[in-house]
Amino acid sequence: MASNIKPRVRMPATAKAGEVIEVKTLISHEMESGQRKDAAGKIIPRHIINKFTATFNGKEIMSVDWHPAISANPYQSFLVRVPESGVFEFSWFDDDGAVYKSEHKVTVS
Amino acid sequence: MDETRVARSRRDFLMLSAGGLVAAVFASAASPVQAAVADVDALVTKMTAGKKVADGRIALELPSIAENGLVVPLNFTVESPMTADDYVKAVHILADGNPNPQIADFTFTPMSPKASAQIRIRLAKTQNVVVVAEMSNGEFYSTKKEVKVTIGGCGG
Repeated sequence: MASNIKPRVRMPATAKAGEVIEVKTLISHEMESGQRKDAAGKIIPRHIINKFTATFNGKEIMSVDWHPAISANPYQSFLVRVPESGVFEFSWFDDDGAVYKSEHKVTVS
Repeated sequence: MDETRVARSRRDFLMLSAGGLVAAVFASAASPVQAAVADVDALVTKMTAGKKVADGRIALELPSIAENGLVVPLNFTVESPMTADDYVKAVHILADGNPNPQIADFTFTPMSPKASAQIRIRLAKTQNVVVVAEMSNGEFYSTKKEVKVTIGGCGG
């Protein structure tokens, strides 16, 4: 497991009830496609983040299966609705079994 | 007499070699590591279980010319009220010139206010990007856009 993998999420910390807000996510990851060859001509094995999920208070909002055609350091932005104060959780699932998580609390004012 | 025969054989030779060159180009284009349009069509047929795929309802934003095929911004929005009875179930993003035609498969729920996202993708060469959206009522919509990928930024 690589130790330098860090998820970053940008989203407002407060919102009006029912407001739609944009979430911008970025995670540092090489996203090795499994197509490249090293100097010796051997194929470098695939190592990517293959799934991303977003939940609010434990309920799934959306999920994505990523394939090797996703760029390195995957960026993704999308929209969520804030029905009430609660916690958004974003998870990235690595090919090697690791799961990177990021939690964000949004308060309804 | 002799001269014309020589001329003809030279022309035949040129035509043959030109034919050979064309064949070689086609052979390399159809090499097994590259996905083909047929692969994308087969995948779409599999996803839709052979149902009719209509045009429209998807706004797809992609650059028409990508200078760097390693990072191509892609933005899509599928028109839908996103209520419990009528929402976008899934959005599939495919490319017909990459080694693997699949790029990303989104699953949305009525909790999402809009079936929309922005991602960055890799494109191996100039090709079509295809987006297929599956609605909760079983309808399918699709759109596609060609992206010209210039390698080395020389406008090739």
